[in-house]
Amino acid sequence: MSWTGRALPRLEDPTLLRGRGRYVADLAPGAAHVRFVRSPVARGRILGIEAPEGVRVYTAADLADVGQIRPVLERPDYVAVSQPVLAVDRVCFAGQAVAFVVADDAAAAEDLAERVFLDIEPEDPVVDLDAALRPGAIQTHPEAPGNVLVEGRMRTPGLDAAFAEAAAVIALDLRSRRQSAMPMETRGGVARYDTRDGRTTLHASVQMPHMLRTGLADLLGCPEAELRVIAPDVGGGFGQKMSLFPEYAALVWLARHVKRDVAWIEDRRENFLASAHSRDQAFTVRGAFDATGHLLGLEANLRSNVGAFSCYPVTCGVEPLMAFAELPGPYKVPEYGARSRGVTTNTCTMAPYRGVARPMLTLTMERLMESAARRLGLDPVEIRRRNLIDRFPHRSPTGLVHDEGSYIAAMEAAVAAVDVPAFRLRQAEARAKGRHLGLGLSVFSERTGYGTPAYAARGMAIVPGYEQVECSLDPSGHVELRIGASPHGQGLGTALAQLVADELGVEPGQVQVVSGDTDRTPYGWGTFASRSMVIAGGASRLASAKVAAKLRGVAARMMGATEAEIALEDGFARVRGTNRATPIREVARAAHHRSHLFADLEGGLRQSAFYDPFGTFSNACHVAQVEVDVETGGVRVERFLVVEDAGRLINPMIVDGQIHGGVAQGIANALYEEVVYDPDGNLLTASLADYLPPTIHEIPPIEILHMETISDATLTGAKGVGEGGTIGAPAAVVNAIVDALSPFGIEINEIPATPERIRAAIRSARDSRT
Amino acid sequence: MTDRLATTLDVNGRSYSVTVEPRKSLADALREDCGLTGTHLGCEHGVCGACTVIVDGKPVRSCLMFAVQAEGLAVRTVEGLAEGDELHPLQRHFWEQHGLQCGFCTPGFLMLVAGAFEADPTIDDAAMMEVLSSNLCRCTGYQNIAKAVSLALKDMRAGR
Repeated sequence: MSWTGRALPRLEDPTLLRGRGRYVADLAPGAAHVRFVRSPVARGRILGIEAPEGVRVYTAADLADVGQIRPVLERPDYVAVSQPVLAVDRVCFAGQAVAFVVADDAAAAEDLAERVFLDIEPEDPVVDLDAALRPGAIQTHPEAPGNVLVEGRMRTPGLDAAFAEAAAVIALDLRSRRQSAMPMETRGGVARYDTRDGRTTLHASVQMPHMLRTGLADLLGCPEAELRVIAPDVGGGFGQKMSLFPEYAALVWLARHVKRDVAWIEDRRENFLASAHSRDQAFTVRGAFDATGHLLGLEANLRSNVGAFSCYPVTCGVEPLMAFAELPGPYKVPEYGARSRGVTTNTCTMAPYRGVARPMLTLTMERLMESAARRLGLDPVEIRRRNLIDRFPHRSPTGLVHDEGSYIAAMEAAVAAVDVPAFRLRQAEARAKGRHLGLGLSVFSERTGYGTPAYAARGMAIVPGYEQVECSLDPSGHVELRIGASPHGQGLGTALAQLVADELGVEPGQVQVVSGDTDRTPYGWGTFASRSMVIAGGASRLASAKVAAKLRGVAARMMGATEAEIALEDGFARVRGTNRATPIREVARAAHHRSHLFADLEGGLRQSAFYDPFGTFSNACHVAQVEVDVETGGVRVERFLVVEDAGRLINPMIVDGQIHGGVAQGIANALYEEVVYDPDGNLLTASLADYLPPTIHEIPPIEILHMETISDATLTGAKGVGEGGTIGAPAAVVNAIVDALSPFGIEINEIPATPERIRAAIRSARDSRT
Repeated sequence: MTDRLATTLDVNGRSYSVTVEPRKSLADALREDCGLTGTHLGCEHGVCGACTVIVDGKPVRSCLMFAVQAEGLAVRTVEGLAEGDELHPLQRHFWEQHGLQCGFCTPGFLMLVAGAFEADPTIDDAAMMEVLSSNLCRCTGYQNIAKAVSLALKDMRAGR
């Protein structure tokens, strides 16, 4: 029986459940602690840094030999900006690291930092996205006039004609407020200098250890071999931990400088102030529809607030350029024109967060479909049916190729499962009693598992995308799988063990997956962008298949059969159609210890493989049912349904877990979470009491149905699934709110749709009627 | 800083003599002075609940309690939940139901539920779901935590 496809409980869990996980803060006791002194203002000139008497304060002057973080996109419309590890002369956002102090423990370091006086002359900052684009706006960086760091533009020749012949033009102006990925574990690092060999090991809570090592070596001007980066157990990342942050460079520099163990464990306030934000986006679009509801053309003006600097390695292009390339989503858009800008402001730097631009672009397309349906008197499901991609492969106006998916079928399945007519009856009954229920739909595609071509197309100077895996079988018949990907809670180790167990005929528990350590794993890009199951999974299958081939060759000779007759299953090499079998551990031992007998057989029991796929698209339909309290503006999500098509399910339990968590974050994006700055650039939401991640109370039971379109775009048939939940949920929730409030005829143009915003919308609808 | 105080912490039935600053939180003392790093710190301001431990039979946020306040009280942490090799019913059901992903919030949830059950063994599922809303998880959307807790409560009520 195959291990693939089974809801196998995770191999990672017993350790974590017993409290024996090792997160980076668990490695900090005994090390000296670093505390950063951060800018209290959003923008200003550093006049001086006053150290308390007898206290060593490290500033930019100490780090003069350390380079600046300067991510590059090779495109003419990109302006590279440099981020110093510690601020030089100027500060660009509240929370930027200006100096640091070191003490024996974290509390003592914090005491010292309190006594450091930063003499900064404040200047007026630019904080708001659209304010930063106004003529004459304050410039965040002198080298970026107009505050635009990156811009994408295109226009198909027939766009004007599409609008000219449209029966209806729908205009939307949508705003997504800033969000934080907010992993439960903050960032942190422990750097250890080894006096024996002069190497420094950085244990850090990160998603891409190899990339971090490259970035650090470049900044410090040392060979990568002098550094080792280890991601131990990581308490969630969701994209926030995939960039090179200045704090890590400072920590490694310090360890090399003072030649001792040093630690920095971020507190929650620092995490909100200075890690990374996302989703601060404004999309203005117009859709041209014919009388039967077919979308003829789409024109978009997309703005993303990318904050003070550009994140390394993916750059500040990540949100604006993804929005630009993927706005059409699952829909046929014959003519397309878009301008997408990444706008720099005196706020915390934007970096990828689960879903990146797609929650907002899905909200945009789904509001567009709903509005067009209402204008044209069409059923909202029917208008989607007419516009969803239905022939594969499909080439989008921006050149993306959609492989086989189930866009329409997934929607039909979702609509059938929620029983819309029955809901409409309940909705009418509730309305008669003054209660407002609503149902909302969201259909989307999720581009996943893309290799180097996708990143190269963006113009990235550093092109991520492939993965490498090394698979070996030891003499006892146990497997070691060393992967360049860097899972941090997803359960990838278990899923890969299932794949490899099937190739080699062993049990998943006999497969040890090694990840996150640059000394022990092949160079790879890490875990992000719904890629690991697809890419590391594909490479794992390739590498283990090579080991299996050798194993079959040895077994065939041992049993006097041909290689083709050997099956590896249930711990045995069997000769098919006979009762001859040899335990795999005996075959492994023979291959290692009697190798002279098999010297003429090709291959070995240690194999590596490289996989760099073009990419694929998962797809899904989400349905939210909400109740809105029109007096308070409060929204409760009563029911949530997901029909997901992520191709072949390697471990359905893990897939469902990814969807659950993603949907919860998407509901949070729709209703609760907002990073708020005041007009002076002070962060108003720097604690978990002010930023509002949902508790169990806010998240309804999430129902999941699966479809499995097996596309040949990936080796394992699996498509990525990590981000879908976050991508689809906001649109479904917002559409449900608009449906619930349809008696008022209101629009929801801004997320999170907080009680204040909903009340304001209801009030203005009432005012405009009187 | 302030003079350190010698104090004794009773954790998981074992006595730890530690010398700590009076301002040191119980969480920090458990992690740094007792070497029990299974208790995690997610916010250090009493919101997320990752640091929940059981003190004298009740769940407590150990980031909001000073170590010296725990003198003479029985503290239990996630390291003391399993009996030897045998997982506690909560641990078993969290495992089987996929009630954890990154595992960072998990010790807090386990101790929250174990503590709430010890404080009131008659607690029903609905009341326990209210209790669960005191802690944050970022990975699971709470779906499988709810399932695992519900199944574990059945076992715990039956004394399994």
